[in-house]
Amino acid sequence: MKLNHVSRIPYHEVNMKPLIKKLVESYGPSGHEEQIREIIRSEIKGLADYVTIDPLGNLIAVYKKKAKSGKKVMLAAHMDEIGLIVSHIDSKGFASFVPVGGVRPLTCIGGRVRFANDVVGVIGVHERRDSNGVPTLDDLFIDTGAASPDTSPIKVGDAAGFFRPLEEIGDRLVAKSMDDRISCAVMIEVMRQLKRTPHEVQFVFTVQEEIGTRGATTSAFGLDPEVAFSIDVTATGDTPKGPRMEVALGNGAAIKVRDSGMISDPRLVTLLEQRASEAKVKSQREVLPGGSTDARAIQVVRAGVPSGCVSIPCRYVHSPSEMVDMRDVNAAVSLLVQTLEKPIDL
Amino acid sequence: MAKKNKTKAKKKTIRPIKVTPPTAAQADSLALLKQLSEAVAVSGDEGAVRKIIREAVTHLADEISVDAMGNLFAIKHAASPRAPRVLVTAHIDEIGFMIVGEGKDGLYSFEAVGGIDDRILLGKPLWVGADKINGVIGFKPIHLVKPNERSTVVKIDALKVDVGANRSVKAGDRATFATPFVDLGFTVRGKALDDRAGCAVLVEILRGKYPVELIAAFTVQEEVGLRGAKVAGYTAEPDAAIVIDCTPANDLPSQDDEVENSHYNTKLGHGPAIYSFDRGTVSDKRLIKHLASTAESKRISYQHRQPGGGGTDAGAIHLTRGGVPSVSVSVPGRYLHSPAALVSKDDFYNTAKLVRAALENWSPKVLKR
Repeated sequence: MKLNHVSRIPYHEVNMKPLIKKLVESYGPSGHEEQIREIIRSEIKGLADYVTIDPLGNLIAVYKKKAKSGKKVMLAAHMDEIGLIVSHIDSKGFASFVPVGGVRPLTCIGGRVRFANDVVGVIGVHERRDSNGVPTLDDLFIDTGAASPDTSPIKVGDAAGFFRPLEEIGDRLVAKSMDDRISCAVMIEVMRQLKRTPHEVQFVFTVQEEIGTRGATTSAFGLDPEVAFSIDVTATGDTPKGPRMEVALGNGAAIKVRDSGMISDPRLVTLLEQRASEAKVKSQREVLPGGSTDARAIQVVRAGVPSGCVSIPCRYVHSPSEMVDMRDVNAAVSLLVQTLEKPIDL
Repeated sequence: MAKKNKTKAKKKTIRPIKVTPPTAAQADSLALLKQLSEAVAVSGDEGAVRKIIREAVTHLADEISVDAMGNLFAIKHAASPRAPRVLVTAHIDEIGFMIVGEGKDGLYSFEAVGGIDDRILLGKPLWVGADKINGVIGFKPIHLVKPNERSTVVKIDALKVDVGANRSVKAGDRATFATPFVDLGFTVRGKALDDRAGCAVLVEILRGKYPVELIAAFTVQEEVGLRGAKVAGYTAEPDAAIVIDCTPANDLPSQDDEVENSHYNTKLGHGPAIYSFDRGTVSDKRLIKHLASTAESKRISYQHRQPGGGGTDAGAIHLTRGGVPSVSVSVPGRYLHSPAALVSKDDFYNTAKLVRAALENWSPKVLKR
């Protein structure tokens, strides 16, 4: 193996926060990833051997294989975020909308959204609905300040993402779209830190995960990897009356065993745990009762791909205030770098 | 002359409806639509419609083939072998019924194939099997219905098709609503306009000459889960796809005076409907732009379909192989998936006009990021 040796920066010295802030505050609902893709493309400039955009818009950065023993390893983190799309603008200028991905009415009320053209809107609710029940999305509307359809700065078919600035609370970061921009940040940081790998590493910033892991389906077909890892957020069981699961914020990178869409290849679970202990990186096992990631789609592409997932524990997923712990984020970076630097024998 | 004016003056209150006479090509297209609408081709058994289309495209395409699932391909080669490959599809199947039980006395139990609302079934005449045996969905007449029964929907499992004394019906036979196609002037009415309207449009598209390798696919089994399109997309391996379908126009006034109808999906007579987002697909923005700008420059009316549920073959095609930039364009239709759908003739003609113009104007710029 002929490799350039560059010493790695210890993770605690890396300040990922400016990158995270840039990514989470950007616009990019599913199917509308142009802006976030351009931001990521400029962040990874010069790092990979080549960068391409495939037919559905996935951003693919490849580190070519450096050793014969290396494998084709795909890493996937999705660029898209949940959002809304305008379905009608009424005679007074209020916009009706349909969800893009798993949007819940309760987390919408009083929320702010932003469109591709930077127009900001406020989500209001029909006050005269049946006030005993939970509102449905049909009870909600977007107010952009327009007084008629003709003066509306948005039109039917325009998509919006939620709009919130990033907040830092101790070790924790709170923002919209931590799902899955935090993993995009992790992947970019891995690209920066990964100086020696025997593998062909295919870093894929996927599109349309939130509406059915669609970008992963086609990019995995195109790349035909031998092993794949998705990087995504996972729910935690550490909040009052939270879901029954072991994952907790601050306990390290989560190694997925299964979720409701896929079962990780057990060999990859073992491998990740081994690499975590070698690198003295804190990790925890994840068994997620509901939800899934890009790995679900990649696993069953072509003749099948052994797949696993490294998750970032995240509270309040799909709300405008998703919370992660920086220690888990750094652990995920170290775990992935450690894994990619070493052989992957299955 | 004088006499004519006199009669006109008498009927002053009634405004004469002026229907532009169709061109020869439009008349052909309408005749084909009638033939297609009246044919029986429920999902999984599309032979009858495939045969009609095959005849219609024989002299229009360079290559014709049928794949393992029954999709019919008609290919028009481009002059240059490096021309982009554009797949244009329309589905040939229709929603309908399948006979499931051999009943006594000509009464057969049946189930729905594709999405059919139980509330529209009672008393509807059907054509059963390839020979179009006349049947009717039996029900209890109003004389005998109890007051509490009036507010409940009779489920399809509780119903039987009555074919009289006919004994030749077998389990597995398909059935459709028995609706002859009629020309109503501005509109046409018939069964299965979803998506025979799209099929007739696609045949019309094959009459043109384009700078692209045009792969027209008449797909099977759309109504039961985009099954034909999934393999057609894989086979065609195109650079882009345009799906032509028929989408609801729910444009009647809202029943609640206080709110406007905000769930119209599309409006009849407002032109072909371009999709941006449905349950299965986010349309490629470059293709939406190409269609919309073509419509504007050629002064063809068009509308944006409301984003929301529903789906087309694009949902399967765009995920084939390494991904295919896709968009759908639909002919708006009222009362789809019922015995009598209504489609505007102008929308129908304009859909073909729009897609033809978009293909004629195709350049590598269309897919540039």
